[in-house]
Amino acid sequence: MTADRRDTQPVSSDARPVPPSILGNYFSQEGAKGALVAFFSTLGFFLLAIVIIGRSENWPAVQRSFFNWDIIVDSFPKVWEGFRTNVWMFLIGQVAIMALALVIAMMRSLKGPAFFPLRLLAIVYIDFFRGIPIILGLYLFGFGVPALRLTGVPGSAAFWGLLVVVLSYSAYTAEVYRSGIDAVPDSQRLSAASLGLTQFQALRYAVLPQAIRNVIPALLNGFVSLQKDVALLAVLGVREAVREAQIASGRDFNYSPYIAATLLFLAISVPSARFADWYTARDRARRSQGVG
Amino acid sequence: MKVELTGIHKSFGTNHVLKGIDLAVDEHQVVCLIGPSGCGKSTLLRTINLLEKIDEGEVRLDGLLISGAGVDANSVRQRIGIVFQSYNLFPHMSVLKNLTLGPIKASGIPRPEAEAKAIDLLERFGLGDKVQEYPDRLSGGQQQRAAIVRALVGDPEVLLLDEITSALDPELVGEVLSVIRELATRGLTMVLATHEMGFARDVANRVVFMDAGRVVEAGPPDQVLRKPTQARTQQFLKRVIQGGRLSQ
Ligand SMILES: Nc1ncnc2c1ncn2[C@@H]1O[C@H](COP(=O)(O)OP(=O)(O)OP(=O)(O)O)[C@@H](O)[C@H]1O
Ligand SMILES: [Mg+2]
Repeated sequence: MTADRRDTQPVSSDARPVPPSILGNYFSQEGAKGALVAFFSTLGFFLLAIVIIGRSENWPAVQRSFFNWDIIVDSFPKVWEGFRTNVWMFLIGQVAIMALALVIAMMRSLKGPAFFPLRLLAIVYIDFFRGIPIILGLYLFGFGVPALRLTGVPGSAAFWGLLVVVLSYSAYTAEVYRSGIDAVPDSQRLSAASLGLTQFQALRYAVLPQAIRNVIPALLNGFVSLQKDVALLAVLGVREAVREAQIASGRDFNYSPYIAATLLFLAISVPSARFADWYTARDRARRSQGVG
Repeated sequence: MKVELTGIHKSFGTNHVLKGIDLAVDEHQVVCLIGPSGCGKSTLLRTINLLEKIDEGEVRLDGLLISGAGVDANSVRQRIGIVFQSYNLFPHMSVLKNLTLGPIKASGIPRPEAEAKAIDLLERFGLGDKVQEYPDRLSGGQQQRAAIVRALVGDPEVLLLDEITSALDPELVGEVLSVIRELATRGLTMVLATHEMGFARDVANRVVFMDAGRVVEAGPPDQVLRKPTQARTQQFLKRVIQGGRLSQ
């Protein structure tokens, strides 16, 4: 709804900026001539790289162990199956991160002495989970908790591993939200309070909608790195893409399955990254027009 | 509703902004705060509806102490409307949503009822065609009126207005001021900070001249604006007249 409104904003034709392209401004800066130059210099660069690498003495050996097409094809079904695990892990993870981080950021943004315990809790949480490497958390929770064999508690490494990733990412993402909250002028909070809204309602209805819009680009970037970081669960033996590639690679004494996994990750993360850049550029263009 | 401030002190860090303000506003009275920029007018208005925590002093509504601990500030604020110097409309909401947020969320009024009331008020303020518009699509005067309607829609007993005409061109000033005048005749208790001396003279029952966090002089407009007794007031008014803000 707000998007529609912004689209109908009259803009004088001379002020209209070039609409952002999904490729960023790789080609759009200097018109057709620039595009040609860019094309040939890119082509030249890659040809040169291929020639240099191809002439290396060890290239045939490297080619056999990394770029064995048959092995890539053979291992692909298993790696693909693992990758589907990656996809649901990062989708569920992202939703959980956005929700948990928002709660933490709100706790941290409440003002007044009454909310001190909540603020303190949020700060301790953020400091703790930003302070430990994810991989360490994975070892501690992913091996430690299932080993306790507690009744009524999930025993799967995937569950605890994903939880660690979510907790860690939420600490960072909470800070992202908070920067967005801080960027909303205090007068908005005051204005909401003057209508008789509670502090929580003021956050919820007046501040957060504006804050979240401020940080969507940063959230998108976080999503792109989450896509790759769920692969860390391989250390717990979770059968995701990297782990499957590892298994296939061990069987054939060949690294080519890793190439299969690499291609799958790129197939998701490159479009996501392009989308994040495109969205950011579009958002910036709109803001510089003074629209909202 | 009667508003009484006694001995109000307020500091921002080391900046002592309000230095013992006493101010009483009787029911149905219109009081204008005047004084140089930075003297504390906006801060004083915000202390009345508890948006600023005061360091010392008391705020009473109808004799009831509201500045102490254990007072539900949110319910106090539902009875006091404020229009800010910079409007402070919510940019991500339509005018209608801006107006109904308080009644629906704070007072629990059903949406259809709140909307009907808001639309009715908007029409009376000449904004009937802006109901679904967003604030950044309104002119300054329209935003100002929308902010006034937002403060009125919850049926406040006291209305606080902060420099509501400072950003408007003269034509719109007349328009907004006539609205205020109408509200005054309907018996709303009002406290307003203004640089419009002519308006203060027209609409106020009492004019309060503040300087550096103190009340220097207060009284009926004719007395304070035409025959001020304090040297500081005379000096201020002289400069205002030179600036063309008050014709004698
Ligand atoms: N939120 C705040 N934090 C810190 N200092 C503040 C804050 N609000 C106001 N002040 C300070 O308090 C003093 C009085 O400000 P205030 O806005 O009340 O003045 P004013 O009389 O309304 O001025 P003007 O006529 O320009 O609106 C100023 O020195 C200002 O810098
Ligand atoms: Mg002011």
